[in-house]
Amino acid sequence: MSSAAAGRHLLSIAELGRDGIDELLGLSETFVEVNRREIPKLPALRGKTVATLFFEDSTRTRLSFETAAKRLSADTMTFNAEGSSVSKGESLRDTAQTIEAMGADAIVVRHRAAGAPHQVARWVDATVINAGDGRHEHPTQALLDLLTLRHRLGTRSFDGLAVTVVGDVRHSRVARSGVAALALLGARVTLVAPPTLLPESLDGWSCVTTSDLDDVLPETDVVYLLRLQRERQAAGLFPSVREYTTRYGLTVERAANMKPDTVVMHPGPMNRGIEIAAEVADGPASVITEQVTNGVAVRMAVLWWLLGSGTVP
Amino acid sequence: MSGLLVRGGRVVDQSGAGGPVDVLVRDGHILEVGARLTGPTAGATVLDADGCVVAPGLVDLHTHLREPGNEDAETIETGTRAAALGGYTAVVAMPNTDPPLDEAAVVASVLARGATAPCEVVVAGAITKGRAGVELAPMGELHALGVRLFTDDGGCVESAAVMRHALEYARSLPGAVVAQHAEDPTLATGGHMHEGAWSSRLGIPGRPAAAEAVIVARDLMLAELTGTPLHLLHLSTASALDLVRAAKARGLAVTCEVAPHHFTLTDAACEGFDPVFKVHPPLRTAADVEAVRRALADGTVDAIATDHAPHAPEAKERPFEDAPPGMLGLETALALTLTELVEPGVLTIVEALALLSWRPARIAGLGDHGGPVAVGRPANLCVIDPARRWEVDPTRLASRARNTPYAGRKLTGRVRHTVRAGEAVVVDGSAQR
Repeated sequence: MSSAAAGRHLLSIAELGRDGIDELLGLSETFVEVNRREIPKLPALRGKTVATLFFEDSTRTRLSFETAAKRLSADTMTFNAEGSSVSKGESLRDTAQTIEAMGADAIVVRHRAAGAPHQVARWVDATVINAGDGRHEHPTQALLDLLTLRHRLGTRSFDGLAVTVVGDVRHSRVARSGVAALALLGARVTLVAPPTLLPESLDGWSCVTTSDLDDVLPETDVVYLLRLQRERQAAGLFPSVREYTTRYGLTVERAANMKPDTVVMHPGPMNRGIEIAAEVADGPASVITEQVTNGVAVRMAVLWWLLGSGTVP
Repeated sequence: MSGLLVRGGRVVDQSGAGGPVDVLVRDGHILEVGARLTGPTAGATVLDADGCVVAPGLVDLHTHLREPGNEDAETIETGTRAAALGGYTAVVAMPNTDPPLDEAAVVASVLARGATAPCEVVVAGAITKGRAGVELAPMGELHALGVRLFTDDGGCVESAAVMRHALEYARSLPGAVVAQHAEDPTLATGGHMHEGAWSSRLGIPGRPAAAEAVIVARDLMLAELTGTPLHLLHLSTASALDLVRAAKARGLAVTCEVAPHHFTLTDAACEGFDPVFKVHPPLRTAADVEAVRRALADGTVDAIATDHAPHAPEAKERPFEDAPPGMLGLETALALTLTELVEPGVLTIVEALALLSWRPARIAGLGDHGGPVAVGRPANLCVIDPARRWEVDPTRLASRARNTPYAGRKLTGRVRHTVRAGEAVVVDGSAQR
C-alpha cells in the first residue's frame, strides 16, 4: 500500500471524508499486524522527526503517538507546556515555529482551546496532527474507535449500525469526531444526555437525541460512554453524580437490558461506578482495552500516511 | 486670502441631497455655499470634489483608542489618523483603557492629548469605578469636563440596581446618556462566539443571543423607571432590536447603535478559528444580519458605530478562546455602509449619512458636528467619492493594529478629503498629519 495523503495535515474527521477514513483504517490493519510481530518496528520513517506539542496533560495520547513514531523509527521530540517557554508568555505561533525550526517534520498538537492545531497549521510548513483541541475534535480517537468496532463486529460496513453515545457530548471532542466519523460510514447515531450536556445546536450533526437512555438501550448495537467531568456539576449542569448515574450510568442492571452482542466502548480515563459500572467495563461486552491497543496502530497509520512514501515495509 | 474651497461636490446633509456646489471654508467655519463660487475664493486651497458627496463629518460613538495603557495596539495619534481617513471628524473614546477613564485626571489627560488630533476626541466616562460594576464613578466631575456618554463598555453593568442608580444619578447631569454593553455576563462569560450551529460544531463555547436581549429588556425597564436616556451599544440580535423597536413605539427615550460587522459578517466566519473574527457581542447568524439591516432601514437604529477595537498582532495569534475580542472599524465603516446598505438599496445615501453623522452627533451632544453644511456652521466635513473601488489591505491601514476582518474585501466608496474645524486633515485620501 502506498501513501496517498490527501492533505498535509490531519485536523478533523470531516476533511478526511469516507474515502480517507477507509484508507486510514486499511493502513491501520497493516500496522496492527506489524505490532503483533516479535520486533514491532519498521524503518518506514527513519530520518523523520515527530514532535509532540502538548498544552494540556494527556499521558496516554502522548505516549501513544510517541510509541507509534518510535515503531516507525522516527525521532521524537516532546514539548510540554508546563514549565516551558509558554509559561513565560511565548505565543502559540512562536512555540510552533521554534519546534519547526528544530527540524520537526510533523507536529502533534494537543490544546485545551478549539482550533489551535488549525492555527498552527497556518503558521508552519510541517505536517500538523490534531491530538485533541478543546471541545472540537480528536480525530485519531475516532479512527481507533472505528478500527476497534470493525474488529469486534467482524465487518467493514457500519450501514444502519445503531450507535448510542451517552454523556457530556456538549463538551466532548471525542463525541464531535466520533459522531462525524460514524455518520460518514452510515451508522445511525443517537446522543443521550440531560439537555444541559447536549450540544446547544444540532444543526449539521447527523444524529438524533434523547434524554432517556432506557428507551434506546435495548435497540443499541454499540453504546459509547463519555467521561463525566465533575466540574460540570459545579457549573450547575446536573444536580448530582448520584442522579447522573441513576439516569445515565451504564449500571449492571441497565446493561442487562442490552442485546447480548451490544458492544460497550469508552475513550478513557473511566470514572468507574459513575458513567460505567466496573463489572460492565471489565465484562465481555467491553472493548475498552482494545481501544487503547489499537490507538498505537492507528497513529502509526496516520504518521505514515502523512509522512511516509513508497510502500509499507 | 486663505481657506479651503471644496469644489463641485453634491452636498448631502439633513436637508437632503442637492446638486453640485462649491463650499468655501475660512477660519474654521463655512463662509459660503453656492454654485461656482467666485470672488472671495481667491487664495483658497482647492479641494476637488467633482463627482463626490460633501457631507458633514462622520461621528463615531464607539472608538477604542487604547490610550492610556495599550499603546502597542493603538494610540490617540494613530487612532485619530485612522478616523480622519475614514471620514470622521469626531470620535467618542471608550473608557476601557488602563487605567480606565473613570476619574477626572485620566479623562483630562486623554482630552488634552486629543486636543491636537486630526479629529475631535471626546470621552465616554465609565459608569462605575474601575468598570467593576459596584460603585458609581464620579459622573458629575466627568460631566464637568464635557463627558456626556457614560458606559462600562467592554463589560456590561451586571447589577440591575447599579444600572438603576447610574440612570437615576445621570438625571442631574444635563445631556448625559447612559450606555450599556448589553450582554448578561452570567450567560456570556466563558463564551467566545455566537452560540448556535457553528459554535456547537466547532466546539467553541458560545455566547447566546439571549444574553443580549435579557439585558436590553431589563435596561429598557430601568430607563422607563428612571426617565434617563438610555443608549444601547452595538446591538447584534433580532430579539434585542425587536425590544428597542417596541420601546420606541411606546415613546421611551432610547437610542441604539449597530456596528458594520453585524450587518456584513456571520458566525460562519469563525469556521477557520481565526481570532480576527472574534468580537463581543459576537458575529451572529444570517437571520440576525438580516434583522440588523431591517432595523437600520426602518429607523429603529439611530447610529452606525464602529466599535473600532485594535489589538496588537501577537494578541490575535493566540488560540481563538484565548485571543481578545474586537476588530478594526474606522477605515472601513463608511465603505461597508455604502457597499452593503446603500448600493443594494437598504438605505438611501441620506439615511446612511444620518446614521454615520448627524444622528450620532446628536446622541453624543456634539453640536459642532453632524452638519448641516450651511453658512456659519463649523467646517467639519467629509468628502466622499462614492464610486471609488478599493480593496482592504491590512498593511495599508493607518491604525497601529492590523486586525480587520475584511482583508481582501472589495468595497465601493472612499473618503477623498476630510476637513476638521476648517483644516484639511485628509486630502486625496492621504492623511496630512
